[in-house]
Amino acid sequence: MIRIENLTKRYRNLQALQGINLGVKEGELFAYLGPNGSGKTTTIKILTGLARPTSGDAYLDGFHIERDTLKAKKQCGLVTQTINLDHELTVYENLDIHGRLFHMSAGERKARIVELLEYVEIFDRRNSPVKHLSGGMKRRVMVARALMHKPRILFLDEPTVGLDPTIRRRIWSLIKKIQQNGSTIFLTTHYIEEAEFLADRVAFLDEGRVAAVGKPQDLMAQLGSWALDEIADGEMETTYFRSRDEANRHIERQKGGFALRRVNLEDVFLSMTGKRVKPA
Amino acid sequence: MRGFFAIYLREILILRKKLFRQVASMSVGPLLYLVAFGLGMGEGVQVSGRSYLEFLIPGLVAMSSMTQSFAIASEINIARFYWRIFEEFQAAPIRNIAYVAGEVLAGITRALLSVCIILIIGLASGIFLRYSLAFWLFVVVNSFVFASLAVCLAMLVKSHADQALLTNFFITPMAFLGGTFFPVERMPPWVQKTLQLLPLTHAAKAIRSSAFGLPFETFSLLLLTGLGLLLFVLAFLCVNRAKE
Repeated sequence: MIRIENLTKRYRNLQALQGINLGVKEGELFAYLGPNGSGKTTTIKILTGLARPTSGDAYLDGFHIERDTLKAKKQCGLVTQTINLDHELTVYENLDIHGRLFHMSAGERKARIVELLEYVEIFDRRNSPVKHLSGGMKRRVMVARALMHKPRILFLDEPTVGLDPTIRRRIWSLIKKIQQNGSTIFLTTHYIEEAEFLADRVAFLDEGRVAAVGKPQDLMAQLGSWALDEIADGEMETTYFRSRDEANRHIERQKGGFALRRVNLEDVFLSMTGKRVKPA
Repeated sequence: MRGFFAIYLREILILRKKLFRQVASMSVGPLLYLVAFGLGMGEGVQVSGRSYLEFLIPGLVAMSSMTQSFAIASEINIARFYWRIFEEFQAAPIRNIAYVAGEVLAGITRALLSVCIILIIGLASGIFLRYSLAFWLFVVVNSFVFASLAVCLAMLVKSHADQALLTNFFITPMAFLGGTFFPVERMPPWVQKTLQLLPLTHAAKAIRSSAFGLPFETFSLLLLTGLGLLLFVLAFLCVNRAKE
């Protein structure tokens, strides 16, 4: 559904992407993980027509993003990292303008707006100006707007950034529901737990390069199942174990403080790049 | 051109939400000019055989249609740099020409609204001129020139502050020198020649001629239409430059 070949992007003094190669299958929820500045948003901007690649190719449902740009754009919905709704306009008007931009008829727009606002549980606020909504509500309106024209691919760029944990989980449920309805989802995030909970596959991005791609459980299994964090000489050290028994045997020999926990995707990224996805 | 109406409708919806503020803001300038230059100078002052107020009203129409159509640049920049709505247009399957046409038409609509306000103020001051088809044609063509220029520049600037700078350097001097407040013919020949380079000079002359029932300014119409079309094409070419 999404094919990216040798994609590069250079801003004046910065090589943002250094030859990305990726494929995302139909119906898959693909998470694109990396720290801030690793190139996640740049990739999404190129795929959705907001930025031009310096070199390389990308296809959305078989349409080249530059040669068949209008057809490629029709395939995708985009939820950007920043809230880019018209704050003066109502929820309904925001969705209606989007429907017009995607050439939907009046009847289609009306029916779809009602359907989507019920879907994201915000129908009763349809006539409220966006400026009167909470952050979580605005995010849900953005998701509804991106789904207006029934895109085959949904791009979500840090969809839960800045939201409190309760609302974040509500958005996760919504994303899962969208995937179950058949959409392919390309999600960028630097929340490890978000990728672990949602993604079928993840790609780690580091300084504009893909460091690893795979299923979360496969990537984590390469390290082990349990991680033991210990402070040694003032530095945090993590040791990985296949089983809890193996970890317990190691703990019996320890004198200092430690914490035993499950291996997560942060460990995978740390072991590959020596960096954390989300700096402490 | 599909999607053009969505761009236009969005601007009009925003204009409607802020209509009271917009009308008040559009009225302040003309009212001040009428009081300061018109009433302040007295009815005894004659320009080209007419009272100064009669001379001033068409000039204000030309100036206001310029500034208000050019103001669409600010709306575009707010959408681009502050609310980031421009990303929504970039991601939509619409051609650049549809985007430019929608914004230019919105600029012309703003200009027509401001002109109506000036005419109402003029009528309230007892000024009755000829508002013929030719008058409105020149108002629309003048607005087309400056709305196209606005979209073009809005695509090139990198921040909202840059836009304010362009207004200060191009629009404000033109507003004062383009034959709005005085007849260009009274200036020294070399100044006249320089002022003939300004589109507003031609717009003010043509709008004034129409309002006074004088012969139709064909040359001005051709010049302004040609310039408007050129700027429209440039605006179309500039939309891609706004991409990262």
